[in-house]
Amino acid sequence: MTNNRTVTRADLADAVYQEVGLSRKNAAQLVKQVIETVLSTLETGETVKLSSFGNFTVRHKKARMGRNPKTGQEVPIEPRRVLVFRASHILKDKINGKK
Amino acid sequence: MTRSELIQKLANENSNLHMQDLERVVNVVLEEISGALTRGDRVELRGLGAFSVRERQSRVGRNPRTGEQVNVDSKRTPFFKMGRELKERLNK
Repeated sequence: MTNNRTVTRADLADAVYQEVGLSRKNAAQLVKQVIETVLSTLETGETVKLSSFGNFTVRHKKARMGRNPKTGQEVPIEPRRVLVFRASHILKDKINGKK
Repeated sequence: MTRSELIQKLANENSNLHMQDLERVVNVVLEEISGALTRGDRVELRGLGAFSVRERQSRVGRNPRTGEQVNVDSKRTPFFKMGRELKERLNK
């Protein structure tokens, strides 16, 4: 795919500024707060469900033996938590140009 | 946490702002991300991670109930990769 550009937090703040009618400073601050609120919720292990967008779930991974693919050496992988994003059907359809 | 709980949390921190505006902030943020993905753009949010779109090739699938072969068209799937900061925060 021809990847055009990368959208960043600044672009989101700009969109909020344009569309909600808050000051630039306020818009940037709110975008930051939205992200931070999502982050701190995930940190507690709680799922974040954003309807028509998708769900963020924290998953627990057990410890396992891994292997360094270059050297073939076995290395233990510690138990850890990972974040999984499941896009909603609405988002998937949108990306595939359905309605 | 749902969308409305997120809006409520923002309202608690911003008593000077109207609930409707905060609702719009959340909507604009999510629409902006999905709009970018629809265009095929990437979205990178420091602290959280990056959203991108991956191309899946068409394949021959099987109806698991009947065993019948079906063609599955190629499609685009949203993909999220968590960022380093989030990885660290989840594993403190």
